[in-house]
Amino acid sequence: MKARLYIPRDAGALALGADEVAAVVAAQARLRNHDIEIVRNGSRGLYWLEPMVEVVTANGRIAYGPVQQEDVASLFDAGLLGGGSHRLRLGAPEEIAYLKRQTRLTFARCGVIDPLSLDDYRAHGGITGLECALAIKPQEIIAQVIESGLRGRGGAGFPTGLKWKTAAAAAGAPKYVCCNADEGDSGTFADRMLMEGDPFVIIEGMLIAGIAVGAAKGFIYSRSEYPHANATVAEALRLARAARLLGPNVMGSPHTFDIELRVGAGAYVCGEETAMLESIEGKRGVVRAKPPVPALSGLFGKPTVVNNVISLASVPVILDKGAAFYRDFGMGRSRGTMPIQLAGNIRYPGLFEYAFGISLGELVNDVGGGTATGRPVRAAQVGGPLGAYFPVSLFDTPFDYEAFAALDGLIGHGGVVVFDDTVDMARQARFAFQFCALESCGKCTPCRIGAVRGAETVEKIMRGERVAENLALTEDLCNTMKLGSLCALGGFAPFPVMSAIRHFPEDFDAGGRVAAE
Amino acid sequence: MSQTYEPWSAARAREIIASHLHQEGAALPMLHALQDTFGCVPRQALPLVAEALNISRAEAHGIVTFYHDFRDAPPGRHVLRLCRAEACQSMGADALAEAAQKKLGARFGETTSDGNLTIEPVYCLGLCACAPSAMLDGEPLGRASVEKIKKLLGVDA
Repeated sequence: MKARLYIPRDAGALALGADEVAAVVAAQARLRNHDIEIVRNGSRGLYWLEPMVEVVTANGRIAYGPVQQEDVASLFDAGLLGGGSHRLRLGAPEEIAYLKRQTRLTFARCGVIDPLSLDDYRAHGGITGLECALAIKPQEIIAQVIESGLRGRGGAGFPTGLKWKTAAAAAGAPKYVCCNADEGDSGTFADRMLMEGDPFVIIEGMLIAGIAVGAAKGFIYSRSEYPHANATVAEALRLARAARLLGPNVMGSPHTFDIELRVGAGAYVCGEETAMLESIEGKRGVVRAKPPVPALSGLFGKPTVVNNVISLASVPVILDKGAAFYRDFGMGRSRGTMPIQLAGNIRYPGLFEYAFGISLGELVNDVGGGTATGRPVRAAQVGGPLGAYFPVSLFDTPFDYEAFAALDGLIGHGGVVVFDDTVDMARQARFAFQFCALESCGKCTPCRIGAVRGAETVEKIMRGERVAENLALTEDLCNTMKLGSLCALGGFAPFPVMSAIRHFPEDFDAGGRVAAE
Repeated sequence: MSQTYEPWSAARAREIIASHLHQEGAALPMLHALQDTFGCVPRQALPLVAEALNISRAEAHGIVTFYHDFRDAPPGRHVLRLCRAEACQSMGADALAEAAQKKLGARFGETTSDGNLTIEPVYCLGLCACAPSAMLDGEPLGRASVEKIKKLLGVDA
């Protein structure tokens, strides 16, 4: 019988040598006359164990990792294909504590299935959400999504169902569904993992959105920095068309829906929904003023649903299992699960999907195991380059939209970047301004000019020039940016800056800096 | 795997532009295709793009220059993109960037004098769980170091 092995195609696994491992596994199997099949799956998101090789045995899947090419021969010697014991043997992957503790709803199949097999997708519960959606009226689909409490996972946290309701009721045709896959926040990779590990769930979510609002065309706006994800999505779209999941008469229904993959060109601001729409239209990614909201006047001025990858990918399970099932996870107004991404200087980096409410400290220390360098944790930046830096004293903050907002922070797209005690928070504050200056679309003066002046002012503080005055100036500038910018780039860049100043004042104190140097 | 590009040809550019005209908002797919072919968006292509999209040359110039990806000259035989964002910073990306520029012989945005390597900054490759990260000729590299990069480039470490 053919032995089946899983070796991830995920870019994170490839970055750690998965292709080389797969090549050596194939060569070793040929050498030893073993008949094997290698499935290139997504990643389960346990990156310190990548490349993780799994083998299907009589007792289920057995994982080994992290596997390097030079380990492969000894793995075969140890009876890899039968799940034999070896120093890299991890046992059943779903029993690994990091994974076992999670609630995988949106990521249920990621790392498990062959991402480009529709049969595998169906066998693991795929398409049932779409079937449920086709069996009910569009307004009932929207009611389910509203009732689930699902909020935008891109960062803003706006109720997904309300966007759909607005777009469905809006006058104008054609309507569009745009999937925002422009995952530019440092410390985030959930969209990428899903595009590479379970692309059909994104297509299914977009189909359901299209049916709900009456749209026939969708765009996935991805990034040029994600070539592997884009290749997988493009192939998934081709397969979906061939299987008549996309195109006229979706699954035999009267609905028509097709999706085009559009790749950006390295502009962070295009992750902002209106800039993204401009970019899809073929223009400079300059932010639009709202209102009108895209649900009323979006792509080419037509009613448009803009949702993040994770929001759309969470829809099929809501339709399949019911709004109440999803809503029962979480806390307060943050319902369901959040795919949290633990990144940077952390011992166990990876994807951790969990109900809202878990504390930041639990995430960083219990789940993440502290820093990778073994030094004390000093700060965690949550929510990407526009998110606040949290000191350890605030690690009891629960992962929840409102709890983070109350502390002048945001959970954003769910990225947590950990820093050890060697971090210089003044440098981080300066970087926040520099990044904003680099990526500003230029529309709003406070962002376009403020970010440049802000970086210069922090520079002066770092040199010890009139520190108190320049700190006051920085705060004043931050307020201007916050109040005077149309979008989150200029509006939220003050979060990392002010949190660094407020929670780590010692790094901005000239005397302290000079003494330390 | 090094990349080779075609020399400028207006006929070839017209062909590429025409093949994308059916797309809604075709500018970005068009510009990507031009850069994939010529290694950059050649200055001579802009009037052709403008004409095809029925926009002014100034508008076409505005679109090309807005996006960090589009180059005005072809890169070296290899392109190294080093991540400069926070998750990679927390794992020493600044030091890596300094060392890489020094030891590989080009600053950010420059090509080595022998035309072998262009180094570009990038802000997040989504490889934040194996930082610091890089991308060499489109292939991802995790826990990157100058030694690893040199090995992949086939130059003596």
